[in-house]
Amino acid sequence: MKNKILSFLVIIIFGIIFFIFYKGLEDSKIYTPDVNTKKEIPVFNTKEFFSGENVKSSSIFELDKFYLLNIWSSWCVPCRQEHPFLMNLNLDNEVNIIGMNYKDNLKNAENFLKELGNPYKEIFIDLDGTIAIEWGAYGVPESFLIYNNQIIKKYIGPLNQELVNEINLLIK
Amino acid sequence: MKILRFFLIVILFYTCSALKADELDKRNNITKNLRCLVCQGQSIYDSDSEFANSLKILVDKKIDEGLTDDEIYEYFKNKYGEWILYDPKLNKNTYILWFMPLLIFLLGGAIIFKKLKKKHN
Repeated sequence: MKNKILSFLVIIIFGIIFFIFYKGLEDSKIYTPDVNTKKEIPVFNTKEFFSGENVKSSSIFELDKFYLLNIWSSWCVPCRQEHPFLMNLNLDNEVNIIGMNYKDNLKNAENFLKELGNPYKEIFIDLDGTIAIEWGAYGVPESFLIYNNQIIKKYIGPLNQELVNEINLLIK
Repeated sequence: MKILRFFLIVILFYTCSALKADELDKRNNITKNLRCLVCQGQSIYDSDSEFANSLKILVDKKIDEGLTDDEIYEYFKNKYGEWILYDPKLNKNTYILWFMPLLIFLLGGAIIFKKLKKKHN
């Protein structure tokens, strides 16, 4: 009798373990970062891109306005691809595009803007990449849609027409 | 007087370098327990990617600010989620991970105990 209970228990426990692992097989093995979290934007001090003056994050982002923070760099090839979409997004003027120049040579960055145009309302610099970490960014290019000092959505990688349409829908 | 000054300098130098060495140990420990999210199977300590280098600078900054290890882990967890930690904390998503080995150990022990008892009899 005792033996029966034990073997029954063993079967049950192995059944549970099997079930858990079997369920685990269905989960995606690819790590996908959380892009829909409503998070407060970080507070930081940095320098303005053109003037080199000190700026505070609180003076850049105002309440009740939509902002798109775009992390870019002149050495980043996908940034070149997404640049025309940023230029188009800027035409509507419904969202303020803020640039964060990431680990860049300022001369190269200026040439980049001269060549492809400047869609940014304001640009600040992140020389050592620490401000990008404060934002929870992974690299360049990356964009954050911000409203009332909260990150509404995070776009990892270059923007394309589909994502621009999505942004246009979100800010309406 | 000269000797006193010499000793003072030596003592100061010694304490400073000891402090720095401690900080370096702390930094290495922390960066070894943080996952490089843009690399494959590397910690921040191992990696030389742009992401990892920036994170190392930030870890240094946080240590300078006097944050404890746990506070630094919490900070990065808030930014990037639990995945950035190599040593997951016990919570509702990880309790199976923590208790499964114990469960299997107890089960195995019970089976062996049973067998031994049978043999004895």
